[in-house]
Amino acid sequence: MSTPKVLIPVALGTNRDGDLADAFRLAGADPVSLPLEALRAGEASMDDFQMLAVPGGFSYGDALGAGRLLGLDLVGWFGDQLHAAVAAGKPIFGVCNGFQALVRTGLLPGGNHQSVLAHNDSGHFECRWVTLAPSSQSVWTKDLTEPLRCPVAHAEGKFVAEDLGALEAADLVAFRYLTVDGEPAGGAYPANPNGSPGDVAGVTDETGLVLGLMPHPEDHVTERQDPLRGRTASTGSGLCLPLFEAGVAAVTA
Amino acid sequence: MGQNDAIDVHDFSYVVGPGHIDAGDHGPLATARRFGIPATEITEFRLVHVRGGLDAAAQATLVERLIVDPVGQWCSPAADHDAVDGSATGLVVETGLRPGVTDREGAELVRAAAELGLEVEAATVGRRWVIQGDLDEAQIDELAQRVLHNDVIERWALGSLPAAFADQRATEPATTTIVVRGLDEAGLAEVNKARRLGLDPEEMVVIRDHFTALDRDPTDGELETLAQTWSEHCAHKTFRAAITMPDGSVIDGLLKSYLRSATDEIDAPYVHSAFVDNAGIVAFDDGWDVAIKAETHNHPSALEPFGGSNTGVGGVVRDILGVSAKPIAVTDILCFGPEDLDPAELPDGVLHPARIRDGVIAGVGDYGNKIGVPNIAGAILHDPAYTTTPLVFAGCLGLLPTGSNPTNAQPGDSIVVLGGAVGRDGVGGATFSSQTMGVETADIAGSSVQIGDPIVEKGLIDVICAARDAQLYTAVTDCGAGGLSSAVGEMAETLGADVDLQLVPRKYPGLAPWEVWLSEAQERMVVACADPAPMLELAARWGVGADVIGRFTGEGRLIVRNGDETMIDIDCEFLHDGRPKRQMTAAALDTSRPERQVPASTDVTALTLGLLAHPSIRSNEDVVRTYDHEVLGGTLVRPYAGAAGDGAADGTVVIPPGTSGTRGVALGVGVNAVIGGIDPEAMAWSVIDEAVRNAVVAGADPAELSLLDNFAWGNPTDPDTLAGLVAACQACHDAALAFSAPFVSGKDSLYNVFVRPDGTPDPVAPTLVITAMGIVKDLTTVPLTGTVNPGDDVWLVGPAAGALGGSHLDEVLGADHGGEVPRPEPGAVARHHELAAAIAQGLVVSAHDLAEGGLAVAAAEWAFAGRTGVRIDLGDANDDLATLFGEGAGRYLVEVAPGDAEAFAAAVPSAARIGTVIGSGTDTPNDTPSDRADVAVGSVRLSFDDIARAWVGGNA
Repeated sequence: MSTPKVLIPVALGTNRDGDLADAFRLAGADPVSLPLEALRAGEASMDDFQMLAVPGGFSYGDALGAGRLLGLDLVGWFGDQLHAAVAAGKPIFGVCNGFQALVRTGLLPGGNHQSVLAHNDSGHFECRWVTLAPSSQSVWTKDLTEPLRCPVAHAEGKFVAEDLGALEAADLVAFRYLTVDGEPAGGAYPANPNGSPGDVAGVTDETGLVLGLMPHPEDHVTERQDPLRGRTASTGSGLCLPLFEAGVAAVTA
Repeated sequence: MGQNDAIDVHDFSYVVGPGHIDAGDHGPLATARRFGIPATEITEFRLVHVRGGLDAAAQATLVERLIVDPVGQWCSPAADHDAVDGSATGLVVETGLRPGVTDREGAELVRAAAELGLEVEAATVGRRWVIQGDLDEAQIDELAQRVLHNDVIERWALGSLPAAFADQRATEPATTTIVVRGLDEAGLAEVNKARRLGLDPEEMVVIRDHFTALDRDPTDGELETLAQTWSEHCAHKTFRAAITMPDGSVIDGLLKSYLRSATDEIDAPYVHSAFVDNAGIVAFDDGWDVAIKAETHNHPSALEPFGGSNTGVGGVVRDILGVSAKPIAVTDILCFGPEDLDPAELPDGVLHPARIRDGVIAGVGDYGNKIGVPNIAGAILHDPAYTTTPLVFAGCLGLLPTGSNPTNAQPGDSIVVLGGAVGRDGVGGATFSSQTMGVETADIAGSSVQIGDPIVEKGLIDVICAARDAQLYTAVTDCGAGGLSSAVGEMAETLGADVDLQLVPRKYPGLAPWEVWLSEAQERMVVACADPAPMLELAARWGVGADVIGRFTGEGRLIVRNGDETMIDIDCEFLHDGRPKRQMTAAALDTSRPERQVPASTDVTALTLGLLAHPSIRSNEDVVRTYDHEVLGGTLVRPYAGAAGDGAADGTVVIPPGTSGTRGVALGVGVNAVIGGIDPEAMAWSVIDEAVRNAVVAGADPAELSLLDNFAWGNPTDPDTLAGLVAACQACHDAALAFSAPFVSGKDSLYNVFVRPDGTPDPVAPTLVITAMGIVKDLTTVPLTGTVNPGDDVWLVGPAAGALGGSHLDEVLGADHGGEVPRPEPGAVARHHELAAAIAQGLVVSAHDLAEGGLAVAAAEWAFAGRTGVRIDLGDANDDLATLFGEGAGRYLVEVAPGDAEAFAAAVPSAARIGTVIGSGTDTPNDTPSDRADVAVGSVRLSFDDIARAWVGGNA
């Protein structure tokens, strides 16, 4: 089928929309960034797209809690479109602030699972590279076998679920933080940069279509972005492009 | 929302928990302890204050949807003080923003409530601090004053602090006339002082005579506009002054005679705009230009560290937008007093260096992170000379299509203001930052401090870049110091303009017309549009405010109305060229130095550890990790990199997003807190060399460098202070020519003097920050950060020994032992070109420049970054302090594969092979037991643990 179109909504304060568009373009999709105001005005709707990707940034300055107001807008302005998109089997991706917003909408982890992204244990913004173990049956991650490496850049990334055990039982944990040696971070800083219980870095929903994570895989889609480039035999390892290719494949297959 | 009309408007206050228990080394508890306040625990809770017509159901919706999280949080009416969780009980202090201070959370809550159909008129947030410990009233007061709140922007109370909202019913003061006609110099001086105009006596006389000739007195708006336009901050009076030297010769302006003239003499083809625009513009490749600028924000940061540095970043980002460029990187160079300063030594009216540092760093991170521009380069210096006058240098790099910055506003073009509404923010900031500070400054300057709103600025970035590509404007500039007065005034310099202040959106009523005109409310740009309609449409699409406030007339007069009344009607020529040239006198400069004395301590390993722990040398990774240096995905060489990501890079490189991806921009920074006070000429040469070294190590082509100068000096009307400034400017000229590196922009910050309560002046250490920008033409040969391959050779480029005068070694020894500071060395330029050539040939695996602390420190940092051992044998000089710790120009450590030794030696004749890179040094069989160290430099022996303890941990 033709190149899938990915909608990237941009709120006031969104800032990693360009990075996300580049990643999807590299993965063979056709990303389109549109301001929320334009979407609200009806310039386009989810019906015109095969995928939705909510980018990182500080929507509305993260006033009243990270992602809260963007989540309100997504539900208040486009709630029906979002649920129709999931019903139609369209993959939805949320990274960092986009993840925070999708959690606020209730799409993630979905069902009756209550969760929030709280302030990092460190009490401040963290920007550093992390190693991620993919898991879950999400269309985004099911074919990923190797760990991914990419940066985190957030102050509110501690994933706290009302019942983490239930999420794990339902196989909804999509990414966990690892040490550089590939061992579970076990909550230890900085491998787990925010103190998330269970080292949870990202989650999916029961349909496996909706995926959200705090780290920024869109900032490690070329080898040149790897800070270990030229230094270790592992150069090229941990590249995150397959994650985006998996999402694209899910709609082109 | 008709069903709510009947409900009375009330104020509702909520407290949200759990609180954040502060235990860190940089939180309020640590600061409180520095002041000897016996607090044992401080817990911070959020307060949310709402004014509206809300019934019980509406209140519940408000709390659930907008205030409290569904998991792990509780929320209760703020009135009940011993709420729901144990940590909420104790001594309670509440703080909140003063009405009118920029308050994004409050504004967003009002917006979101409206979306939910809730009747909310106003909202604001605050903090409740619950303090454990046995504090008396004086201690509580000191805790609130010195630690928990800043009177400049906040209020506080013991116990409950009721919400305060801007008075929406205040009436607007009328424009007044200020009598100057018939006043003698004493009378003029009173007017000058009363209105804090900061004008020179000669300037007051010229203004009096001008209006006397017009047969009328100026309005407050006219006088304030003249004061702002003629301020040091905007007019650079000192850098344009006629300076009489001791020998009787006269310098016709430092800027023209030295900085601009160097650029003109070099006449580099790649420089597209230098000094004339908001930022320098330089060719990047065939299709793109890069713009660069660095600013200072010292005075505001001294008073309100977070807001000061926050708006410093915002201001320099708008400078880049002001040349139609998309911001792609920011930088910050910060100078503070000692973090462990005894509060007893702190004069009244001065914040503790630790608190200034924490606030400034948080402010820099907050702004860059929120606008999504990577912070990729900087430095942090600590020196007692910065205790009362901290320095904050913020820089920005931008990208624009070649020649895409329009500068041709036409008569009849509309004047459009983009961004936020105006308040009393920063009124008088330009004149304020051009004066010395004293004990009373914090009290009177409250309104001179601006608070940033980076989210609005992010919108401006999107709108300006889209408008540039669609060619919707004919000229653009930023609203910085002086607000509309400065922005519109400069754009109208030749055209003239006619503005109606009634068209300028206000945050709240009650502003005098001149305050609206001068307000430094942040996050605003001014554009000239032949047809404003598409610009207004575009702004609305991005959710950014936009208002037409007047037009350019082509009649050469600046006319500002407020509805029917005319506040300003002034001749643009007088406004911009009527200022009398300032006449200044410089004293003779004595830079003689005593003979070098041999220090008592010669334990070279202990000295190296002391240097690694020096507050200006030690690792700042913990700070840099709070800045986003990855956003935009183009960062190639990061500020902290290496095998474990914790080694300091010299220069950094970004690949501008949207370009071919085959080239990068390298940035290097040079600054020195010590030698400026000894020999400003030597300082200028050495910081230019340092900036160039850092750019070259990052792969820059030294044949295409551009420089920024940022001067932070004391009171230039003091002939000795001025003498140093003149020497530094002359050295900038000579060094720029020697390096063939033109200045493309710069900024001077003068009057960095704190006047102590007893009247003694406390001037800043004369400080020159140089930023070097270079183009990286081959990304594949950029040297790595830190050593890489055991078995490679270690080469030293440049002389083995450096100078010890004014060195960091003396800082560690605790006394100036005399001796020459590093002398200007034009010969060093060749070495930069030689190393760059070797890098271009792909011969350099990794490299590190020799800077603060010299060879031993450089080797330790370099090996630590690569986590490989290093062996350097200096022969007879193994214990020589000048070889191990001396500082000087054009020196590098370079890692080269053995097979490339011949080619490298040919490319860099001045290089000498002095050692090898080895594996983990502790188990190298060839070493004798005494050598069992990771790093061996001459007689210095260090393990990675030693280095981590000193360089990362700060413990020598």
